Amino acid sequence: MARVYFEEISKRFGGTHALRDLTLEVDDEEFFVLLGPSGCGKTTALRIAAGLEEPTAGAIYIGDRDVSFVPAKDRDLAMVFQNYALYPHMSVRDNVAFGLRMRGYARDEIERLVQEVTATLGIADLLDRKPGQLSGGQRQRVALGRAMVRRPQAFLMDEPLSNLDSKMRVQMRAELVRLQRDLAATFIYVTHDQVEAMTMGQRIAVLEGGKLQQVGLPQDVYDRPANRFVAEFIGSPAMNVLEGDLVVEGGHTAVRTPAGLVRVSDAASADVREQNITSLAVGIRPEHLTPEATESAAATSAAAASPAAIIEGQADLVESLGSEQHVTVVAGGWSVVANLPSSPRIERGATLRLAVAAEHVHLFDIESGERVGP
Amino acid sequence: MTAAEGVARPGSLVRSAWRMLAALPFLLPSMVLFGAFVFYPLGKAVYLGFFISNPFRTRQIYVGFDQYREVLTSSEFVSSLLVTGTFTLYTVFPAIAIGTFLAVLANQRLPGIIVFRTVFSSTIAASVAISAVLWLVLLHPSIGVLNEAVEAAGLSRVNWLQDGGWAVGEHATVFDMVAAWFIDPNWALISVSLATLWMNIGLFTVIVLAGLQTIPEELYEAARVDGAGRWQQFRHVTLPMLSPTLFFASVIGMIFAFQSFGQIQILTEGGPVDASTVMLYSIYETGFEPPFRVGAAAVQSLALFAIMLALTLAQFRMLAGRVFYR
Ligand SMILES: Nc1ncnc2c1ncn2[C@@H]1O[C@H](COP(=O)(O)OP(=O)(O)O)[C@@H](O)[C@H]1O
Ligand SMILES: [Mg+2]
Repeated sequence: MARVYFEEISKRFGGTHALRDLTLEVDDEEFFVLLGPSGCGKTTALRIAAGLEEPTAGAIYIGDRDVSFVPAKDRDLAMVFQNYALYPHMSVRDNVAFGLRMRGYARDEIERLVQEVTATLGIADLLDRKPGQLSGGQRQRVALGRAMVRRPQAFLMDEPLSNLDSKMRVQMRAELVRLQRDLAATFIYVTHDQVEAMTMGQRIAVLEGGKLQQVGLPQDVYDRPANRFVAEFIGSPAMNVLEGDLVVEGGHTAVRTPAGLVRVSDAASADVREQNITSLAVGIRPEHLTPEATESAAATSAAAASPAAIIEGQADLVESLGSEQHVTVVAGGWSVVANLPSSPRIERGATLRLAVAAEHVHLFDIESGERVGP
Repeated sequence: MTAAEGVARPGSLVRSAWRMLAALPFLLPSMVLFGAFVFYPLGKAVYLGFFISNPFRTRQIYVGFDQYREVLTSSEFVSSLLVTGTFTLYTVFPAIAIGTFLAVLANQRLPGIIVFRTVFSSTIAASVAISAVLWLVLLHPSIGVLNEAVEAAGLSRVNWLQDGGWAVGEHATVFDMVAAWFIDPNWALISVSLATLWMNIGLFTVIVLAGLQTIPEELYEAARVDGAGRWQQFRHVTLPMLSPTLFFASVIGMIFAFQSFGQIQILTEGGPVDASTVMLYSIYETGFEPPFRVGAAAVQSLALFAIMLALTLAQFRMLAGRVFYR
């Protein structure tokens, strides 16, 4: 197993910049997730690592070895393709054994390894079938087996779960995480699904338009998105974003949004002044909007600081998920989604006053989209 | 409605009769065509085989199976079998191999590759007559380019179209002829085969190219990541994925070989002696050249038909199991 290092990788297809200056270090034995919307360059990054595509500029290292000019067959990586790319004319056994045969393993050694890996994956009874006779989940396992059997330096996985039904996907998610832990292998896992990224990745990298937006622990990326794109891309329902100009009222800096004033924390307002920013985008996650505390409750919890903003409006749409309800509130002509507990049940048309605490307000420079403040 | 219910119903017989009647107009065109151009001639050939006749069949004598026996055991027939087999061997497999090679070359994604694809497949567009005349010039013993090349390579000139090798001269038995096959090249047949090969390569290139383009690129990428080099990719991905195409090519290649006529007529007229007389050419000579032995020609056609049928069935039997269909 080894680390994989992307050094200032750029890739152009004619006029399309698929990747711009991507620098990324995937640690040894890490489950690393590349996350981004369709067309952001995830597959391209993976294919460059695999040696299936040549970067326009930059270098790629596996371990400490510069493999930029090493052909795919000699990189000792394994790739799991989105639609598996199993050899349709070969049995499961031959599919799994193929990489070993190409590397000249002895016949009985191959048989032993194939047995071992297929047993691990629970497909030992399918060895004589052809891929055409397998279900999606079984094909997925064969593709994994083909990758695992030769103990590669790293596993590259391109949206491997996207062709499975949702139940199977949840199951395979857990299995892949366990597998990675058991193998102590380096995984680079590509997905456009933020839930997969959050649940599986030890670290995630968010990509957009071929540019790296943020790298970090899933929780950190969620809690402190580096820019507006990351903020809106990660989280479901998505973060509410309200735009407005900066004002000073009663000695406090605030943003005047269509849904009301949002106070800017002291730490953030220092940054705002320093950077000469005049208009901001305010981000509030739906779960951080809570019904305003009653007078008595506020009195009892004296520690509760006064909220950064109160948003008042009518409930326009209520989606109940059983455990919680997503309420769309229209305030000042803008829709804001709040994620509220399932009780009390909110009726459509009800007036709600929603509060958000200062530490849950994200601020972004409207022009650059970059995060402002802590 | 199940079949049993259908039978139980009164009037269902009438209904199925009606259905047959309704189907008839749709079947009629092909029934007429096949009847007129396949089944009637086939029956007629069997019939003709029982008679010997004068050129215009104004008089004919019934001889029964005697004519079948006589034709099928004649040394001319055995020779034509051997010549046809050799011709098939010389043309089909090399054409498939070369066609595959060219198709793999032309299947790469390179700028201007379309030019190569066009060139490689261009022999399809040349008529048999023109190609044959072209080869007549190339093979000319004194002015032909081929002999120039042979001489430049330090070998002695070949009398391409006039040297019948093992197929001419006296052979005491069939076995002697077969023995001669190995040591005395039949240059006339080789010449005809070269021209045929050249003419067929275009078609085989196109067929294989079409087959290659159905193989998903991802399989090659998976193989590369799995550690396969170019040859291994060809051996383990291209060839098996191409097997239905190659099978198809071998069947039609064989049928082409059995039906070759024009180039033989122009290049050698079946000669010297019978050195390049394949079965089809022999049928033509027997039936359409004096003394117009129509009955004997009919017997040979039936033999050719039987052989083609048997070989096609055998190919399906032998290869179908090994061919991978998705
Ligand atoms: N072979 C190619 N030729 C031209 N453009 C390509 C090619 N592969 C990818 N692209 C372009 O590069 C960009 C990134 O593609 P890709 O890496 O496949 O995105 P993702 O996997 O994140 O959906 C897209 O705009 C895509 O159209
Ligand atoms: Mg992709």
